[in-house]
Amino acid sequence: MQREKLFQHRIMPVATIVIAIIAIWYVGAYFMNAPFQRDLDRRANVTSTSIEFFEKTMSQPKPTLPAPHQVASSVFENTFLRKVTSNRSLVYHAGVTLSSTAVGFTLGTLLGILIAVGIVHVKALDRSLMPWIIASQMVPILAVAPMVIVVLGAVNITGLLPKALISTYLSFFPVAVGMVKGLRSPELIQLDLMRTYHASIAQTFWKLRVPASVPFLFTSMKVAIAASLVGAIVGELPTGAVAGIGSKLLAGAYYSQTIDIWAALIAGSVLAALLVAIVALVGKLVERAMGAKPERRLG
Amino acid sequence: MASQQAGFDRHMAENNFSVVSARKLGLTFETGDGPVHALSDVDLEVKKGDFVSFIGPSGCGKTTFLRVIADLEGATAGEITVNGMTPENARKSRSYGYVFQAPALYPWRTIEKNIALPLEIMNYTAAERKERIERTLDLVNLAGFGKKYPWQLSGGMQQRASIARALAFDADLLLMDEPFGALDEIVRDHLNEQLLKLWARTQKTICFVTHSIPEAVYLSTKIVVMSPRPGRVTDVIESTLPKERPLEIRETPEFLAIAHRVREGLRAGHSYEE
Repeated sequence: MQREKLFQHRIMPVATIVIAIIAIWYVGAYFMNAPFQRDLDRRANVTSTSIEFFEKTMSQPKPTLPAPHQVASSVFENTFLRKVTSNRSLVYHAGVTLSSTAVGFTLGTLLGILIAVGIVHVKALDRSLMPWIIASQMVPILAVAPMVIVVLGAVNITGLLPKALISTYLSFFPVAVGMVKGLRSPELIQLDLMRTYHASIAQTFWKLRVPASVPFLFTSMKVAIAASLVGAIVGELPTGAVAGIGSKLLAGAYYSQTIDIWAALIAGSVLAALLVAIVALVGKLVERAMGAKPERRLG
Repeated sequence: MASQQAGFDRHMAENNFSVVSARKLGLTFETGDGPVHALSDVDLEVKKGDFVSFIGPSGCGKTTFLRVIADLEGATAGEITVNGMTPENARKSRSYGYVFQAPALYPWRTIEKNIALPLEIMNYTAAERKERIERTLDLVNLAGFGKKYPWQLSGGMQQRASIARALAFDADLLLMDEPFGALDEIVRDHLNEQLLKLWARTQKTICFVTHSIPEAVYLSTKIVVMSPRPGRVTDVIESTLPKERPLEIRETPEFLAIAHRVREGLRAGHSYEE
């Protein structure tokens, strides 16, 4: 019974969408690759049946749009069949990107919390800081990233830190906004209670505002960690980095290795999904430890 | 300091000390639509050991008055002392426990941790905290529920836990703002009975806001009838009921006579033209 429900309500809808996407992808791949294939056939003076022609569009070495199975086999090969230290291993590149994502995310979360605490407790910051924070996110990150890399490079800071700082730049924002809301989430009655105890600002902060903000923190950290990964990848583009998912994307673009580009994209999104899932899981565990009522799924 | 405090206590006991004393108290809120007179010309004495109920329709300022005592609002006219001090100093010396309309338990704390909250803030030692948690849980009949989270308890139990929290530290004054307003009649009767027992055991002074006539008459030694626009006191009734009050007392003529007088007071102060 339980199993049947899991299948009906969780697996079926997801599988349906995946199958639909793959089907559309195959159709797209055929139409995108067909003109080039027709060109090739004409020059080589071959005439092929439509089935042969279809197969050829699915197996070009540098297709305009690689077919799903081409991408899948590339991802599989470069993830499981290569040494982790190999330059072709996706695990290696993901690891490089992951390290700057982690540093940037940690710094960004800390910075975001710090800004939120300031905004909640200092009236002057409340009025002055928010517009600047919002403006900071209006600047396209692709324009900021090279400047950060160049400026830091000029003072001899290279390698992981500049990339991590771009992650920080993207990830502090959701945390700051979420935590301002979280630290202000206690109801008036809960704050009044603290006042009747003549509690200090620090006591109110640690015993009320901080625990009340925890769900908000994890929600914003889920957004922040995905943004951190994007920041790390974008940070790898202008550095001419030799490793990382970003450099893999760039190299693929240089040499028209479309299959590699798509494989790197898939690796990036799998990594993002994993990171978000980990943050969500930690959030669940923390909420459980804090006595949250276990959720009951409807249906 | 200690001997001074002891002398103070003796003084309170000997002279039928006023725990709350208000003279010509007024509170006006400035709003966009002009001033709102939440309280005007309120004179009141609450003696040590009293159980005083404040009753009246919404907008009569009964909750506001309680909040002025607690220094959650500031009066704009007249004078008020709490334990002989200004409300601010009384709050700062932690002279009262406050029970809100909602339990306001912190959902991430277990019941015993919720009761420990004021004790942590007031720097009680771990041993003292443990002893007081046990004692107050016992007082409100929640022994054995200390490890539960608030959502695991019914509304009535949650409100009892919030009363335990207000009793945990040494405050002689208990301010209760419609604590049973959201509960059903049966639970409410039960809690009223328990509250009376608790009052007798702890000898606290209680100020109790309600809009239920039977509740006010059943619980109080003194009933303050209030009316709105401006919020003011229209009648103060000293109860003639004995201290020992079984629930059945509510059918006695004496009880009904007091209830009648409260009702008359409410009717007199309330204009139905609006």
